[in-house]
Amino acid sequence: MEIKVVKQIMGWNEDCSNEIKKELDEKKVFMINIMGSPGAGKTSVIVELIKELSKDYKVAVIEGDITGQIDAEKISQMGILVVQLNTDGACHIEAMSIKNILNYFNLNDIDVLLIENIGNLVCPAEFNLGEDLKVAILSIPEGDDKVQKYPLMFSVANVLLLNKFDMRDYFEFDEEKVIKYAKGLNPELEVYRFSSRKEYDNKEFFNSIKEKIKNKLTR
Amino acid sequence: MHELAITEGIIKIASEVAEKNKAKKVLNIKIKCGDFSGVVPSLIQEYFDIVSKGTIVEGAKLIIDRVPIRIYCFECQSESEIQRSQICCPKCGAYKYKMISGKEFFVESLEVE
Repeated sequence: MEIKVVKQIMGWNEDCSNEIKKELDEKKVFMINIMGSPGAGKTSVIVELIKELSKDYKVAVIEGDITGQIDAEKISQMGILVVQLNTDGACHIEAMSIKNILNYFNLNDIDVLLIENIGNLVCPAEFNLGEDLKVAILSIPEGDDKVQKYPLMFSVANVLLLNKFDMRDYFEFDEEKVIKYAKGLNPELEVYRFSSRKEYDNKEFFNSIKEKIKNKLTR
Repeated sequence: MHELAITEGIIKIASEVAEKNKAKKVLNIKIKCGDFSGVVPSLIQEYFDIVSKGTIVEGAKLIIDRVPIRIYCFECQSESEIQRSQICCPKCGAYKYKMISGKEFFVESLEVE
């Protein structure tokens, strides 16, 4: 006998991420999921975002790492509330982990929650966390072929940061190619050239994020 | 890494359906898996054989139906099948398109007795 089922296999993660989304909508918290390879500059971008956003908003951070708390300590020194999420070997963060860790925060007292995902261009792309925005970071030294090699990440992201842009001339990075491929996969994608040491599209990036936060918080 | 978690998800879905339908044995589980979904089907059967031991779905064969990536090109307004690594319209070379299929990943049906 054949029984029709049609049930999403990743359904458990989707259900959980929808619950998170609902809770963050009620509490008016804007959550940003920051993804990229190890060494792409996720923590540096978070530090820059904190400097910019904490002028107007209460910011907190979830630091995802397989083990250790090096990044969490760095953020904590800025006087920002940070909770370390150690995945103990897992290559990505799942919605269930975020749901559990939200208990450590007083969401009534937070406007913006930044998640630093595990350094990986593959698995994090497959798991929605209930976030309002997915930011993918691709740093210049990683090479301009990464969109072709890891298409899923660039097709789910809302924002692509070309980080360490001050290194461009040393690596012959063809940003036109990257933008062309990434926008092909994802026509809505916003792309910004960024460096924590030099001004490129940094302001445009911050303004776009602030605009999105404002839209949610004043809704 | 998360093929294991995915396998557990499949076992959970299949076990619930099998029990609800009072099945004695599950012969096979049909899964639709899009080529863009990032899942490695060959690993799943291996995990499945190990994790399903002692459950109602033990011994079931996973039949994985791959769904090719199909796109609709806004430029030449046609549908085509593309490979994962190929990210422009094969007919006109444009990059403006939407994906029609290829991201599926679900349990379609069970064959039980």
